[in-house]
Amino acid sequence: MPRLSTWFVRSSLVYLALGFTLGAILLVNKGLAFLPQVWKLLPIHIEMLLMGWFVQLAAGVGYWILPRLSGERPRGDVRITWLAFWLINLGIGLVILETLIPLPGILMIARLVELVGVLAFIINTWERVKSFAS
Amino acid sequence: MPPLTRWFIKTSFLYFALALVAGVVIGAQAVWGFSPPGVDLYPSYFHLLAEGWITMLIIGVVFWMFPKYTLEQPRRNPSLGWASYILLNLGLVLRIISEPANAVVGTPASVWAILLVVAAALQWLGGMAFVVNSWGRVKEK
Repeated sequence: MPRLSTWFVRSSLVYLALGFTLGAILLVNKGLAFLPQVWKLLPIHIEMLLMGWFVQLAAGVGYWILPRLSGERPRGDVRITWLAFWLINLGIGLVILETLIPLPGILMIARLVELVGVLAFIINTWERVKSFAS
Repeated sequence: MPPLTRWFIKTSFLYFALALVAGVVIGAQAVWGFSPPGVDLYPSYFHLLAEGWITMLIIGVVFWMFPKYTLEQPRRNPSLGWASYILLNLGLVLRIISEPANAVVGTPASVWAILLVVAAALQWLGGMAFVVNSWGRVKEK
């Protein structure tokens, strides 16, 4: 597994743990209703598990196992996918921040950062979606 | 493919089908309105898909295909893997039953509310067991 994949996958496991922890708190609160404000954290639970867990796990494994390119750069320009890693994680962090401290425009910026990150991942992965023989 | 992977993947297929059944029921509720008021099946639908289908499919494949932990323990601790399977499934099934029931009863601290707390704990423990058993297998080669 290349280094970049280990970063994506470890980050995804951290978000799985955090997302499950918050999900458990939300579910307990649904049963016992101990703190109504906890319900406001639902967007963080969703963000951690969709972008944090699913997307990063898929990106990390995709970067690892998709067919390699011929030549000196078998996984394309690694810097572009590193950029994707940092932008996706920055975007997730901003979504979490915006939920805790609502500020105008932050959610839009967060989604924009995530969009650029995802586009960077797609751009550097596109050529690797091919037959192994080619 | 190791036995635990087969159990995870086949179970994930069952949840996939069950999620779509929940989707049909939600659609039918909208047409005939037969459900007791306040019963929202969307959380069950989401979690059958996201936890039952996708997450369990991923866990099964990770247990099978991730780099070996060591030559002696290629899949680290299979007992922890099985614990993850049992805890996640007990927790999810309990949740699917108790969440709508709790919404119908509606009083805090009913038996369904307590079961919801138990479901939360079981799912959390199952998730942590997977993370702990997989962390050491995420490594460079």
